[in-house]
Amino acid sequence: MKAFAELLDRLVLTPQRNAKIRLLADYFVTASDPDRGYALAAIAGTLSLATVKPAMIRDLLLERMDEVLFRYSYDYVGDLAETVSLVWEPPSGVVPDDIPLGDAIEKLQTTGRADVRSVVRDMLDRLDTSARFAFLKLVTGGLRIGVSAKLAKQALAEMGGKDVTEIETLWHGLAPPYLPLFQWLTGQAERPVLSTPAVFHSVMLATPIGEGDLDGLDPKDFAAEWKWDGIRVQLANIGGTRRLYSRSGDEISGAFPDVLEAADFSGIIDGELLVGGTSRTNRATRTFSDLQQRLNRKTVSRKMLDEYPAFIRAYDVLFSGETDVRPEGFLARRAMLGDLMERASPQHFDLSPLVPFSSWEELDQLRSDPPDPVIEGVMLKRLDSPYTAGRAKGPWFKWKRAPYNVDAVLMYAQRGHGKRSSYYSDFTFGVWTEIDGKETLVPVGKAYFGFTDAELEILDRFVRDNTTERFGPVRAVRAEPDFGFVVEVAFEGLNRSTRHKSGVAMRFPRIARLRQDKLPHEADRLETLQAMIESKS
Amino acid sequence: MKPDALLYPAPKGLYCEIGDFYIDPVQPVDRALITHGHSDHARAGHGQVLATRETLDIMRIRYGEGFCGTSQAVALGETIIVNGVEVRFHPAGHVLGSAQISVMAKGTRIVVSGDYKRRRDPTCLAFEPVPCDVFITEATFGLPVFHHPDDRAEMQKLLTSLKQFPERTHVVGAYALGKAQRVIALLREQGYDEPIYIHGALQKLCDYYRSEGIDLGEIRPATLAADDKQDFAGTVVIGPPAAFADRWARRFVDPLAIFASGWMMIRQRAKQRGVELPLVISDHCDWPELTQTIREIGPAQVWVTHGREEALVRWCELEGIAARPLHLVGYDDEGE
Repeated sequence: MKAFAELLDRLVLTPQRNAKIRLLADYFVTASDPDRGYALAAIAGTLSLATVKPAMIRDLLLERMDEVLFRYSYDYVGDLAETVSLVWEPPSGVVPDDIPLGDAIEKLQTTGRADVRSVVRDMLDRLDTSARFAFLKLVTGGLRIGVSAKLAKQALAEMGGKDVTEIETLWHGLAPPYLPLFQWLTGQAERPVLSTPAVFHSVMLATPIGEGDLDGLDPKDFAAEWKWDGIRVQLANIGGTRRLYSRSGDEISGAFPDVLEAADFSGIIDGELLVGGTSRTNRATRTFSDLQQRLNRKTVSRKMLDEYPAFIRAYDVLFSGETDVRPEGFLARRAMLGDLMERASPQHFDLSPLVPFSSWEELDQLRSDPPDPVIEGVMLKRLDSPYTAGRAKGPWFKWKRAPYNVDAVLMYAQRGHGKRSSYYSDFTFGVWTEIDGKETLVPVGKAYFGFTDAELEILDRFVRDNTTERFGPVRAVRAEPDFGFVVEVAFEGLNRSTRHKSGVAMRFPRIARLRQDKLPHEADRLETLQAMIESKS
Repeated sequence: MKPDALLYPAPKGLYCEIGDFYIDPVQPVDRALITHGHSDHARAGHGQVLATRETLDIMRIRYGEGFCGTSQAVALGETIIVNGVEVRFHPAGHVLGSAQISVMAKGTRIVVSGDYKRRRDPTCLAFEPVPCDVFITEATFGLPVFHHPDDRAEMQKLLTSLKQFPERTHVVGAYALGKAQRVIALLREQGYDEPIYIHGALQKLCDYYRSEGIDLGEIRPATLAADDKQDFAGTVVIGPPAAFADRWARRFVDPLAIFASGWMMIRQRAKQRGVELPLVISDHCDWPELTQTIREIGPAQVWVTHGREEALVRWCELEGIAARPLHLVGYDDEGE
């Protein structure tokens, strides 16, 4: 467990993606089976372990520690698992050794309720401080180390010299401790064969249209579709098994029983999950805010299903029945998809319509002024393109509607990480509103990109020269009507938020321009943002 | 005599009225006895200063020749009489030149630990327990959470990272006096023989340590020869912790932030400072060392100062040892 604990300690403090991948990959190479498979499961969130209540851990500690000293310690550290890992002292004569992670997990999985207490106590005695912490985090549930399942898969790909899409394809058909996976990655066995075919297949992604990308491309070679503002999903119904996945491969079937129940066709389709009415029911598609009501739920109430009916607007088909049709061209696949959708439930499925156009200028017009508020741009798909996993440049492009822009005032700054650790590079900005008859700035978002290196120098200098208060790593900066720093913030959309004091939350905010020509009192008002939400819904 | 009459906290610091001197005063006084060279203990501007030769040298390096009116170097173990009070300096194991100060009058002995540790340190003499009536102990890490790990294992983490991330500059924050030199010496002990680069603020003190016979290997200033960031890839650069939040750090390619401090035991501390690789290397006692030292010396009373006094006082209470916090102000109980 020592190596795993060290890995966690490093991951939690490592901000860079590539550095995390290297730490993970190095661990997977050096650790043995089944430890590394359990580690992978713990990190990717696929490990099932009956959890131990924090109260029990506390009790175990107080069996041998003064309560007052414990309280001083806990107040200081703030985290129970960490406090216990640090203050725990094994009885004299017990020297810490290293319990392999796999042994610890298998022991816990086979321990009955009545014995948990003594098993946990024994493990705490035998592990060292860092391993104790890892163990406590495991048994109390929730590692929270800032590593997604996706990143772990990337590390596996790196380790085995494979493409991450291959890992993605296999992922949902495998289970901890992933022995066949590691055997394959280390070249000791063939690629594992999946028992359930309704697994997730990596989706095809588009690249954004950049300056000059369309030059030399013929509009006749492309089909255009609206880009809908929902979430991209994959729906599989193979051999009677139905599954709904997000575009990153997380299973979200539980939150959408209505869609799954209606999916009585056989195959795998790709589409946008939305709420509201399909085009076939002639009712309006509703906004992303409404869709959010349905997301991240394990179960869903009758009322939810009625108030926020979900449906899929189909973009593509990967498997027709059990036949892999991904090698076919876009047009051929679309014909198959059309057939499937024709026969599918009209309340739960429709076909994403094509947008006729004859020139890029015309499409640009359509993109800038789409006919439906839930459209966020257009997609361009090469007519002859096969369905390939990942984001290759060429076959698919996305061309988003122009972003929204507001002028906001810099309020707080925080130092960045890694290369930017000596720069104040994470900025919180606000807009004006009247509170108790006084003009006040309220924070509306946070951005840490969008600016150039030269602009960052300017922002950083402003922060250092105009700090008014420090809260740990955060600095408040001067932000007065006639003195401060105005930035133009670009963002993709606005949602209502109960978390933020301002009541609004921006999607993908970034700093588009520095507006040193403006004074803070010229920045936008909260009412402007509120009006943007109103006009959308 | 009652210990309170021998030594008591006054606004300028711990005061011995009979001897008319202060120990580590925080404001200028006529006569000061200094335990060690860290700036919160050793301040400039006193009339007369008594300290070990090394501590006086360090004060001279930091504050210049005129750091005090007159100075007197005291040898370890030597007994000197100050207005009838018997004073002795004993090694404290904290940094080069650091000492505990023993003060005795009319049969009562008080030992002021200054800052101290019990671990082996290649850059200074080991702490020496001195029997006494009152032991005044520091409590920087006076909480049961602090169990400092073996420093060799901590250095090994740095060496592993150098292999794992050879393209990144490993920038180590370490206090200029003591910690920086200890980190360098520990690296050398582990067989690291590449040049080590240092911030300008460390130069004079590293030179001084070397002149005292402490082997630090090849040290180079972390200045740019040409405008070539590649120079520092895969190297170890050591500087004062504050420097790494500063513009100075921008010269390094893809810096990997490391901090060598006892505080790194707490994850949130490391996270708040943006430290990627915490090294728990402390020049203070951890909890077991504090409690073992008190047991070993067996004083009639323990007075606890700068740090987390309440936990150590509570521990003494549970052990049946008379103890109280000594609320001294002006010391940096976070500096490590």
